[in-house]
Amino acid sequence: MPRVKVKRNNPSLDMTPMVDLFFLLVTFFMLTATAREEEVVIVDTPSSVSEIKLPDANVITLTVDKNDRVFFGVDGQQTKKALLDKIASKYGVSFNEKESKTFSLLSNFGVPVNQLKSYLAMDGTQRKNVNQPGIPLDSTNNQLRDWILETRKLNQKVVIAIKGDVDVSYSTVQKVIETLQDQKVNRFNLVTDMEARPKSL
Amino acid sequence: MAEIQEKASSGKGGKKRAKKHSTKIDMTPMVDLAALLITFFMLTTTFSKPQTMEINMPVKEDNPENQIPVKASNAMTIILGEDDKVFYYFGLGAPEENPEVVETDYSAAGIRKVLVSPRVKSNPKMTVMIKPLETSRYKNMVDILDELRITDTKKFALVDITDTDKQLVKTKLGQ
Repeated sequence: MPRVKVKRNNPSLDMTPMVDLFFLLVTFFMLTATAREEEVVIVDTPSSVSEIKLPDANVITLTVDKNDRVFFGVDGQQTKKALLDKIASKYGVSFNEKESKTFSLLSNFGVPVNQLKSYLAMDGTQRKNVNQPGIPLDSTNNQLRDWILETRKLNQKVVIAIKGDVDVSYSTVQKVIETLQDQKVNRFNLVTDMEARPKSL
Repeated sequence: MAEIQEKASSGKGGKKRAKKHSTKIDMTPMVDLAALLITFFMLTTTFSKPQTMEINMPVKEDNPENQIPVKASNAMTIILGEDDKVFYYFGLGAPEENPEVVETDYSAAGIRKVLVSPRVKSNPKMTVMIKPLETSRYKNMVDILDELRITDTKKFALVDITDTDKQLVKTKLGQ
């Protein structure tokens, strides 16, 4: 009786469809990706059951980190350039074209106006390592108020989002909210993480 | 059997043929690269936009005389203290009311139970006032706003803390 021959399959398989799929995915991710914005500070946001999403554009982000520093950020390069001009004329400082360009590329910052020029003159790595003091928002020197006010003048559609750290003391947040309320901004957003809504009460 | 093998090994010695190159190429490195790129883009993409919670602050009245005061029977005050403590009492907290301050926590059995209790739920006029102490954390504020959302409490306001409230908390803690 002859031995039963095991049919040997060729182990190399056709990978073309797999490659096709992979490149399709790569293309998809490349096109949909919005690179994660570089954060000046790492903020651990509290979680909530709210399911409202933050809009993509026209958002002022006020980041409050756990050392009670406030950072200001707005989207739109044109807005930022125009905003810097307004602030510059208000505070009697001037910025050259290069500094204005640098400013328009910043996602957010936390330096007082008088330090802004030297901050913008730094190069990327230096800027990353410098310790930003935060934007002053005392009642005597409330620069945050001006930043928000000028942005709102430039862009009426702007939405204000507060991104606070879990551990920041309420008094700082209160100051930020008061700054907003002074300008009759009574509706704003708090950036939170996702949390499951409890099933039963 | 032997013959076949012989034939296979002596393939070179036979007729000279134009060597046929296989049209198949090894695609493994290409697949590797594609997978690497996928992983990179998947990780750097912010797939989900950040969640937000909308908050409406009461409009600041320019002249306080126009404001209609909340009746004490329709008011509840929640005080957020330090170290994640929560205190609440019903009423406006005037000393003559002698409000009974109760300490609770942010768990499901804590403040949420109070907010779904008939005293709050069955009174549509019940206004919850949230008064965070300066020493409380931002998380506390978000947590309490979240609880109000979970319990579907519509009327609430974020109010500045008063000295009487501070005093109430002090006496409560002093017990």
